[in-house]
Amino acid sequence: MNWKRVAMVLLGLVPVIGLLAFGLSRDPRQIDSPLPGRAAPMFDLPIFTDPSGKQLGRTVRLEQLRGQVVVLNFWASWCLACRGEHTVLSTVARKYEGQGVQFFGVLYNDTPENGERWIAEMGGQAYPALADDGARTAIDFGLYGVPETFIIGPDGRVAYKHVGPVTEEVLVEWIEKLRAGAPATEGAS
Amino acid sequence: MIRRLLLAILIALAVPAIVIVPTAIVAQAPAATSGATGGPGPAETSHPPIVPSASGVPTAATLNPEREEMVRRLASELRCPVCQGLSVQDSPTELSMQMKAVIRGQLEQGKTPDEVRAYFVARYGEWILLKPEASGFNLVIYFLPLAMLLAGGVWVAFTVRRWRKHGGDVAPYPAEEPA
Repeated sequence: MNWKRVAMVLLGLVPVIGLLAFGLSRDPRQIDSPLPGRAAPMFDLPIFTDPSGKQLGRTVRLEQLRGQVVVLNFWASWCLACRGEHTVLSTVARKYEGQGVQFFGVLYNDTPENGERWIAEMGGQAYPALADDGARTAIDFGLYGVPETFIIGPDGRVAYKHVGPVTEEVLVEWIEKLRAGAPATEGAS
Repeated sequence: MIRRLLLAILIALAVPAIVIVPTAIVAQAPAATSGATGGPGPAETSHPPIVPSASGVPTAATLNPEREEMVRRLASELRCPVCQGLSVQDSPTELSMQMKAVIRGQLEQGKTPDEVRAYFVARYGEWILLKPEASGFNLVIYFLPLAMLLAGGVWVAFTVRRWRKHGGDVAPYPAEEPA
């Protein structure tokens, strides 16, 4: 056995195999967001449905929500996965009503008429729904599909981004953390 | 002997090819998929049906050939977030049209192409750039194939030289001693 030759072959193969392993072990669908920990993009969006009906037509500006925890859920009526998380979002929104936590649903690439119909079909929604014409806010938040949920801390920074249907445990954990005064930290799923 | 030489050349060419494949995978990396089921990440998210959209298409009043060329160039550098390996320029999806409208809007506001690129990188991460920046770990993608090609060439040259030195009758490597 020529050990020198074996060592030379190994020296050449190990980095190649290592690089292959690195490339193939990554989930190509997992995209890290740079937003958690950074200031949330400003938005100014009109309300098209509201559980009380009193805020219809009003616009929601993020800067007016400083000091509160904001849960921003991007959804659409054509999105199947959004059906699963809808009850969860409404349940947690009701739980924190009047406690400095604001929930908003932002309609993504859909018409308000479809959105209204969908909400009625789902038995209502405990928080206002916002229209995002031209998906400007969606692009500002680096959206690439729905549902995606962003939790913004009282300091206006994105604390957490959730990709896919959000769970009650995740929402409660982050809301409690932010209400307890934890600074916005890096977090994404 | 010729067979050995051909084998050496084949190996020398194959090594860079092996390197290019994974690096291309890293460079191509994340591509969102459609559907509402599956594991973590975008597999759990949905995308709107892919239909050509009129939004984002410039009107006669807004058309500026130089700006449109810059919009096309920037859109060609950005990855369509809801496609598999397509640029924003090549994608017919609604989101790509909307992204092009954002590019156009920012250029109209006087932003430079670098500022527009930085805007998308700040939102989507470096993933949004189809051609990763040649800095940090990304340098591997640019230089490793070249380095491996050079190393392969040196190895072939070394092997041929040794083979010639031995009059072409001796194996390029010393034969193993009998046990």
